Amino acid sequence: MTDISTRVPRAVSSPPGRRRRNGGRPRAGTIAAFLTPFFLPFLLFYVAPVGYALWQSLRVVRRTGGQWGTSYTTFGGFEQYAQVFQNAEFWASIGRIGLFGMVQVPVMLFIALIMALLLDTPLLRLKAFFRITAFMPYAVPGVIAAIMWSYLYSPQLSPVIDLFESFGWQPDFLGPGAVLWSAANVSTWLWTGYNMLIMYAALQAIPQELYEAAKLDGAGQWTIAWRVKVPIIAPAIVLTTVFSIIGTLQLYAEPAVLRQISSNISSTFTPNMLAYAVASGNNYQQAAAISVVIAVITFVLSFGFMRLTSKKAGL
Amino acid sequence: MSNPSISRESRVSRTAVTALMCLLAVYFMLPVYFLIVAATKPQGDLASTNGLVFSHFNLIDNVRVLFTRSDGIFGRWAVNTVIYAVLGAAVGTLISALCGYALAKFPFRGREVLFSVVLGGVLVPTTALALPLFLLFSATGIVNTYLAVFLPSIVSPFGVYLARIFANAAVPQELIESARLDGASEFRTFFSVAFRLMTPALVTIFLFQFVAIWNNFFLPMVMLQKESLFPITLGLYQWNGQTARAPLLQESVITGSLVSIVPVIIVFILLQRFWRTGLTAGSLK
Repeated sequence: MTDISTRVPRAVSSPPGRRRRNGGRPRAGTIAAFLTPFFLPFLLFYVAPVGYALWQSLRVVRRTGGQWGTSYTTFGGFEQYAQVFQNAEFWASIGRIGLFGMVQVPVMLFIALIMALLLDTPLLRLKAFFRITAFMPYAVPGVIAAIMWSYLYSPQLSPVIDLFESFGWQPDFLGPGAVLWSAANVSTWLWTGYNMLIMYAALQAIPQELYEAAKLDGAGQWTIAWRVKVPIIAPAIVLTTVFSIIGTLQLYAEPAVLRQISSNISSTFTPNMLAYAVASGNNYQQAAAISVVIAVITFVLSFGFMRLTSKKAGL
Repeated sequence: MSNPSISRESRVSRTAVTALMCLLAVYFMLPVYFLIVAATKPQGDLASTNGLVFSHFNLIDNVRVLFTRSDGIFGRWAVNTVIYAVLGAAVGTLISALCGYALAKFPFRGREVLFSVVLGGVLVPTTALALPLFLLFSATGIVNTYLAVFLPSIVSPFGVYLARIFANAAVPQELIESARLDGASEFRTFFSVAFRLMTPALVTIFLFQFVAIWNNFFLPMVMLQKESLFPITLGLYQWNGQTARAPLLQESVITGSLVSIVPVIIVFILLQRFWRTGLTAGSLK
């Protein structure tokens, strides 16, 4: 239908000369028609909320009169941010997530790297099986993964605790000191295989000739792995680190599920849980300020890490 | 002379490597295996029998209870999940493909700037957007509707990023030129020539976006209060929070978890090769 209406006049009025004039390029309107379906929702649901949050975070609710006065919102400058930084719960949640990230991210990425390197050696058989089992958790959403693990942590149901008890040890996975690491274990379970596959894909892209040269020099599998492969896939490792840092700072679902069975997780356990708790209390401006602070920390850490490593490794 | 020692050494390291990988495989399979076992048990056996050993086979009954509980709300959640994650990822893939193709194949001023904006978007975590979106949506009144979760879900900067890489790699410029010479419109060229060449890549984009939506718990959590709009994840989360008061819900949470992850795991394994293309592009470019 549109074909006929657009093609016929063009065939009449635009002989090859016109096409040549703009070098066979599509018109601006056509380009816009390709771009708009993505950029319009992108603008509305990515850019606008960021702008709206920034604006909200600069506002405060004030009251007129005494107990029966009305409240109104007005410009408050950085008042909300000052409150965020004076909030002990905020710093506690940042501290928790910092500790979590400094332990969980390196442990997870180290396991992922070892697995990727082993999958890339001729030493291992059943590679497809190991690859699939490690990647399978990626199909499980964080909430369901946390529900599954919470049954394995629960003193009434857990076969794992039964097993440890038969060795005379009674672990408490939900205790005040342990629950953070129980949450970390869920994240590790979920994301190790995904990170492993990113590193493995990078390893697979290395030309085999490179190893031939190293072998001729008498290098064994271990030497090749650490001296040749790891440096080459460094960009992939940096990428997985950045993604992991971002993911850690956004942590919500796993601790929220564990909170359902453990009193040792507060409603403000992670920064996002704090933001949600504050928003539930109808303090939207304060929640917006917390969201902005989390986003800025995420941005600074991930970019900072990328800059740091690219300078060091000269990538 | 040194040969036998080398082969003995490699046999030792081969065994060590296999043992290590088996241990990790057990770790990755343990929760899923536990879930399978638990989903086949009657509620009463959950606490009284060993969690890793099958007892009375009650799976059929558990599934029946799961789908009939609260007027079949679980089926509703499953349909909602398909709407959010499958339909959302399909629409998202289409708009990502259009945009990525245009960024790859149409020369125009500001193209690189637009692409940098998209790249910046890749680094913005969707969780960080949920609360601001809620503030914005509550000002416009679409909180607590399908659209509140669906609309933000279709936007995937990572999808555009992949689509641009794949369009560059899979669609030769000469084919586009010759389609233009034949008088085909740009859209016709895209849908009849480029779309077919990009299909494997589009499957990859679809899969990544599906997982992103399927995994995004915070957005529906923030947006939805009405149970009938919940995706499976939010519904199971709510049930899980009620098990202390209604212990019989436990078996439905377990069976519901199993029923919802098994199809996804099967599809993932069947479509394995598409993951690899995406992960390679993501890590190298």
